[in-house]
Amino acid sequence: MNLKSIYQEVILDHNRKPRNYGTLDNANHHAVGHNPLCGDRIDLALHVEGEHINRIAFQGESCAICKASASMMTATVKGKSRSEAETLITEFREMVVGDLDLAGPHHLGRLAVFAGVRDLPTRVKCAILPWHTLQAALNSDAIVSTETAEDSIHTANSKA
Amino acid sequence: MKIVDALLDMNTSPTSELAARYRADFPILNLKVNDKPLVYLDNAASSQMPQSVIDRLIRYQTTQHANIHRAVHYLSEIATREYETARRTLQHFINAREDREIIFTSGTTDAINLVMHGYGRKFIQSGDEIILTNLEHHSNIVPWQMLAEEKGATIRVVPINDAGELLIDEYEKLFNPRTRFVALTHVSNALGTINPIKNMIAFAHRQGVPVLIDGAQAAPHIKVDVQDLDCDFYAFSAHKLCGPTGIGVLYGKAKLLESMQPFKGGGDMIASVTFEKTTYNTIPYKFEAGTPPIAAAIGFGAAIEYLSKIGLDAIAAYEHELINYATEQIITIPGVHIIGNTRTKVAVLSFIIDGVHPHDVGTLLNQEGIAVRTGHHCAQPIMQRFKIPATSRASFAFYNTKAEVDTLVEGIHSIQKVFS
Repeated sequence: MNLKSIYQEVILDHNRKPRNYGTLDNANHHAVGHNPLCGDRIDLALHVEGEHINRIAFQGESCAICKASASMMTATVKGKSRSEAETLITEFREMVVGDLDLAGPHHLGRLAVFAGVRDLPTRVKCAILPWHTLQAALNSDAIVSTETAEDSIHTANSKA
Repeated sequence: MKIVDALLDMNTSPTSELAARYRADFPILNLKVNDKPLVYLDNAASSQMPQSVIDRLIRYQTTQHANIHRAVHYLSEIATREYETARRTLQHFINAREDREIIFTSGTTDAINLVMHGYGRKFIQSGDEIILTNLEHHSNIVPWQMLAEEKGATIRVVPINDAGELLIDEYEKLFNPRTRFVALTHVSNALGTINPIKNMIAFAHRQGVPVLIDGAQAAPHIKVDVQDLDCDFYAFSAHKLCGPTGIGVLYGKAKLLESMQPFKGGGDMIASVTFEKTTYNTIPYKFEAGTPPIAAAIGFGAAIEYLSKIGLDAIAAYEHELINYATEQIITIPGVHIIGNTRTKVAVLSFIIDGVHPHDVGTLLNQEGIAVRTGHHCAQPIMQRFKIPATSRASFAFYNTKAEVDTLVEGIHSIQKVFS
């Protein structure tokens, strides 16, 4: 596989051994993210106290890019404040649609490994689904679909 | 079954050379994708165009274009003649009795919607039943659901077995006095299954029920004879037959077409118009409102001429050889499962790899220059039947080679390595 591949070791590792995978007993925020085009489904639960995301967990069926994105997202936002999480959501979204200059200041850290997705327009939704779901959970929307999200224009619809 | 004839034919004439002989006709097949030679295995979604068809489109636009059926000038007469010649080429291709039974549409979806509006909305009433199958593409489900909702009619669905074959006993049991229409695919786009449509049509006719065949996936691979099949409607698209996008055909029996109401209103579909009353044109023009994609129709004719020179029987025999070769290779890879294992199928191979989502398969194969389709293939009921979200689908054409199958197999091996 070539070096430009999105399937770098860190993504494959998070796909193989997703962090924070499972359910949360005392969750007070919850959302389900769904991509009807490929069947990806992310079930996200958070325990938020005041402004802080104390605990977070996800489960679901999805491709490697989506699962690794969810895993790394949960590992990153755990212990962060709402506003820090909101910033990450915005930056992540800008990065995967190619609107973020990674050379400039940002807070994404190793999440930058997903930058390559911008060259795979059909896979942008896979990477972004967990983040939409996080936004929905923080807003207390119960269900989010990639087909109503504003980034849906970046995904080529499939035809047979 | 035509496949059987083709196979018998294969014993006397070796077909392995087919791709080698015709591949050079397709300039796009010389492309490199991600620095690898393109291996195009997404023919069920859309096939590629040979140089002769590209040239025909250019010749039309550079020397023959004007609007058809309108003016008396030189170009309009030539354009009209070429457009109508294409119609007759399509008529002979599927052995329709008359050229007026060939209606140009924008594609298979448009053709099915035409029948839904023109026939369904006129003749199907509340309480009536429409039979579909579990193998349908969304384009042969959704229009009928829209009609059923509008009219208060009911959709009945023919189930399939684990091999992806229709259960014909169940089909026959679905008929009752309220059954008014059958809409059925000739070949499954997701699995490749060839349905025994001739017998199914005969059964429906014995109950007095007309049948529409979605031929989008069959026409490129199997010789179609609408008189022999005795179907009432047959729909297919040019772009799966080495032709342009935006054009397709609805074949309909003349009597039925005449009994139907128009689908779209506009120019060319009228005999006379006043503000009090409009008289509709005769078929096929009644269903061809507005300026059609003239170049595309003529390109469609050129594509059919190209394919007819090779011969659909030779194509079917070679593709059968290719799918057998691919199936033998892929079935032996541990952790890879083929979905749709019927023996009567076209060269479509739907598969899943344990532990790897089909979208990852598609992206990784693309990095090797291999184009496959991944997803639900606009056939979600099939995915639900097999309890999977999606598959990867390699679909072959006569210009694909066994060496390309080998590249696909290597690609699958390297994906398994990445995900191990």
